[in-house]
Amino acid sequence: MPESITQSIETLVHNALAELGEAHDSQTLDQWRVAYLGRRGRLTTILRGLSQLDLEERRAAGALGNKAKRSLEEHLDRRESEIRQVQLDRSAELDRLDVTLPGRPLSMGRLHPTTQVIREITSAFTAMGFSIVEGPEVEWDKYNFEMLNIPQGHPARDMWNTVWVDYQNESGERPMLLRTHTSPMQARVMEATKPPVRVIVPGKCYRYEATDATHEWHFYQVEGLAVDEGITFADLKGTLYEFARRLFGEERRVRFRCDYFPFVEPGVDMSIDCFACDGEGTSGCRICRDSGWIEIMGAGMVHPRVLAGVGYDTEKYTGFAFGLGPERIAMLKYGIDDIRLFYSNDLRFLRQF
Amino acid sequence: MRVPLSWLREYVDMSLPPDELAHRLTMAGVEVGDVIEIGSWDGCVVGQVLSVRPHLQADRLSLCQVATGVDQLEVVCGAPNVAPGQKICFARVGAVLYNTHTGRHEELKAARIRGVVSEGMICSELELGLGEGHEGIVVLPEDAPLGVPLDDYMGDTILELELTPNRLDCLSILGTAHEVAALTGKAVAHPEVAYPEGGPAVGDGVSISIADPDLCRRYTATVIRGISIGPSPAWMQERLTRAGVRPINNVVDVTNYVMLEFNQPLHAFDYQRVKERTVIVRRARPGESLTTLDGVERRLTSNILVIADANDPIGLGGVIGGANSEIGPDTTDVLLESATFDGPNNRETAQSLRLRTEATLRFEKGLRPELAPIALRRATQLIQQLAGGIVDQGIVDVFPGQEDSIKPVLLSAGKLKRVLGMDLEIGEAQRVLESLGFDCQLTGESSLLATVPYWRNDISIEEDLVEEVVRIVGYDSVPTTMLSTPIPYHQARPMTRLVAQVKDLLASAGMQEVINYPVISLEDLQRVVRDDEVTLPLRLSNPMNAEQAYLRPTLRASLLSTLAVNQGHGEGPFRLFEVGRVFNPRNGELPEERETAAGVLAGRRAETSWLTADGLLDFYDAKGVVDSVLGRLGVSATYEPAEDPSFAPGRCARVLADGTTLGVLGELHPGVISAFDLNAPQVSLWELDIDALSGAVHDTTREFQSLSRYPVATRDLALLAPSDVPEARIEQIMSQSRIVTSVELFDVYTGENVPEGSKSLAFHVNFQSRDQTLTAELVNRALDGILRNLERQVGASLRS
Ligand SMILES: [Zn+2]
Repeated sequence: MPESITQSIETLVHNALAELGEAHDSQTLDQWRVAYLGRRGRLTTILRGLSQLDLEERRAAGALGNKAKRSLEEHLDRRESEIRQVQLDRSAELDRLDVTLPGRPLSMGRLHPTTQVIREITSAFTAMGFSIVEGPEVEWDKYNFEMLNIPQGHPARDMWNTVWVDYQNESGERPMLLRTHTSPMQARVMEATKPPVRVIVPGKCYRYEATDATHEWHFYQVEGLAVDEGITFADLKGTLYEFARRLFGEERRVRFRCDYFPFVEPGVDMSIDCFACDGEGTSGCRICRDSGWIEIMGAGMVHPRVLAGVGYDTEKYTGFAFGLGPERIAMLKYGIDDIRLFYSNDLRFLRQF
Repeated sequence: MRVPLSWLREYVDMSLPPDELAHRLTMAGVEVGDVIEIGSWDGCVVGQVLSVRPHLQADRLSLCQVATGVDQLEVVCGAPNVAPGQKICFARVGAVLYNTHTGRHEELKAARIRGVVSEGMICSELELGLGEGHEGIVVLPEDAPLGVPLDDYMGDTILELELTPNRLDCLSILGTAHEVAALTGKAVAHPEVAYPEGGPAVGDGVSISIADPDLCRRYTATVIRGISIGPSPAWMQERLTRAGVRPINNVVDVTNYVMLEFNQPLHAFDYQRVKERTVIVRRARPGESLTTLDGVERRLTSNILVIADANDPIGLGGVIGGANSEIGPDTTDVLLESATFDGPNNRETAQSLRLRTEATLRFEKGLRPELAPIALRRATQLIQQLAGGIVDQGIVDVFPGQEDSIKPVLLSAGKLKRVLGMDLEIGEAQRVLESLGFDCQLTGESSLLATVPYWRNDISIEEDLVEEVVRIVGYDSVPTTMLSTPIPYHQARPMTRLVAQVKDLLASAGMQEVINYPVISLEDLQRVVRDDEVTLPLRLSNPMNAEQAYLRPTLRASLLSTLAVNQGHGEGPFRLFEVGRVFNPRNGELPEERETAAGVLAGRRAETSWLTADGLLDFYDAKGVVDSVLGRLGVSATYEPAEDPSFAPGRCARVLADGTTLGVLGELHPGVISAFDLNAPQVSLWELDIDALSGAVHDTTREFQSLSRYPVATRDLALLAPSDVPEARIEQIMSQSRIVTSVELFDVYTGENVPEGSKSLAFHVNFQSRDQTLTAELVNRALDGILRNLERQVGASLRS
């Protein structure tokens, strides 16, 4: 085989590949394919010139030519896909989204913060075996006061300024009221159920009181009651401690001090150490007013007169009761400084929760 | 109750820092709301005015030589009452005092006043923070020690107690002293009471009887003759003032002083003005009246207990005295009363007369009768000491209620264990109780009998003693355990769950929950309900204000008011809902409280966005919410046209399920929109009775339908129907075919190419069988049947 043919094929391949590297679009590629591999392309022309060679030489040169052809075709394919990829990338670049533009607005509803906090509170207790019950918001004096060891004329009635319903019974008494606490359900539940009892009672309450940043005349309470044989103050401590940890964190400590509610004896209120200043009470803590402690609920052992009033055997059964204000819990958790925000229903407030 | 520590220390040796004492009291149930310091008068001493001469340049000023114990200084003073020889409160240059001109606390500087340098100041009450007076200087008693720092001489700390109603005992200094003693391990020293009785036997001079022993358990009295009325001594005035009581005269001050000391309210009558020297404790008679010490003439009723002489009332027992027997400057003989009145009756009288006094504050809580003679003797002693006079021999003591005194209370270690869940030795309980003044007798190995001290009225059962013990030993000593009894079985109230579910579904449907007061005005109510539909709602006797006087029988009015408020802050979208109770009056019973849900939709359909979503929220948005929520609850509701005064005519639907009305849905009547000052052109509202809804929710009947293995065939159907045929009726007819699985309306059209009185409706109708692949023939046959039914039943036909 003449050197010249080998030479010219090699030169051609060399030139072709160099040119291919310069091709950046499909049109140039097409021209290139026609120029080298087309029916009248340069390789074909070289191979056509082989006819003048003898058979042996023709075969060798043909093999060389075919190899060159396959190689050029492979390079063409590769180059083609390279160019396609580049083109794809370029068009993607043109269609790029501004991912920072706002999404299509969806209307998302929310539950009132009080509802949310009540659920948080009740679920802490249902996890400890308490069941949710509810009672009437309009009550009789009997359930709101008398059965809770607060008889007519008892000075402790001053603790609950009452909104009365304009209703007079046949004896001329006016015993219908808006319940001042959820505690009437203690009497109602026990009246309707034999022990054991373990319930939690969320609901609205009302007091005849001027409103200010920390007082609402309309508010919620969550009441709890557990009565059975062998329930002690130590169980009360454990239950409420567990509650405090679930709501305010594992590290919380609790403190009990003596307090008075006519339907419990002994009566206490429970504080947690301040989560804002870690109970340090360092100056300027707005949450605990530098005391290091935050009162969160009243509690106590159910008064024997309350148990006896619903026909429970006071020698056999003991129990504890507690009550807390979900708004206060929400105010502590979210740093809300005015309770009146809850029921003025300003969406700018409600949408924060 | 204000407790000056200087007074408290007279009975109990107490050296704790005030803040620590306040903390211990608070933890034990006697809450200290505030610790008020009187003093911090750095640079002030007891001084003495040596001489006073007029200031030459100013009439109203004088120049005083003041002795300070170490030196003599010249001071300018503007007070009219300054005089040589007076002991006074002297502030040196450098002392920090209240400046009456600037209204601030400032350092006192040497000042040149009209040409004379004043080297200090003689102080008034205002500058020392003792009171409001600054016209005159404070004049100290003659025996005030010259040169002693004022803090040491008259500084004090006052504990402001915020007492719960059970702790009557701590309305007195001695009661508080017992509490302090128990908390600090100290003993209480009661004042010694002894006085000469130089007069005749007390029974000769006065006749006392109790006509109504149910309202007066004990009445004790003494007579003191020949006294002279005048001011009480400075120490007593100071104590009264610090405790918050205004001094009046020596006799009245003693009664107040002993009340603060022992808790027993006392009353002094002018003995000479008690007719026939007779006192009768009785209910007022019809028509009687009395002008009380506050100058008010009060008409009395038979529920009111009076202290009467032979003829007329001379006081309201345990409330206030009468002007007709008042102690005056000329009083010489005093009848001193110390009695035990009935708590509830006393409270009722105070409430009915709107007259709550220091006396009723105590009597209403039920003072112990044992206290009456103790306080009587103490007050008699002090009157005799301070006002002179001769005391009649003995005391009058009428005591019809002697039988029902508080019995000793048993306490066992078993009870302590049963209530507290901790082991406590009975000896430990005894130690605690005795420190509180109980008299304890061990009645066995593990129980004791406690006699309740006369100053406590709140201990009557064993649990009370348990609290006494635990509040002193501290709640930290009680173990912390978890409930170990089995969890009681409880069938959850379905309504509670349904309400929670409805709230969740509404929120997920894009609605924001609000919570309103359940009270409205009658005017607002009448704007949203037909007059003849409502029985008058329940009215409150003492509403917070006139706009909140009625318990709402519907949520509509409150929700619309809330919308109005929020429309002031933006353009929406507003999707608000409330779930709450409505109240329906019932005769002689508590009202029916029905759980109700209501929602209101107004404003733009979507938040402002670069992706447009045009339009205002309308009827069909509201219906979409209602229908989705009901559907999710498994309730297939139907909607039929209804008329309701809240809604625009023709734009209101009744929501029904199984033939029961669940509620109502519609676009508000323009009149309602303007009555509630709403600013949207259209406002949609719905209200659902959740109690009724609960009857329509068949949770237990929900049953799984296996998924068909055969393909769905869909046909599009364009129908021409008379305009008055409800679309729901057409869907209902189509759905009657056994193999129709769903019908989707995708177009409603009237206008061009649709004949007058008709409308065009276009549906996708989906066919599927449970047991075979539907052939075109089967589908066509079903379609023919549907078209026949439509034609026959509602006059609808295929649109050509
Ligand atoms: Zn803090």
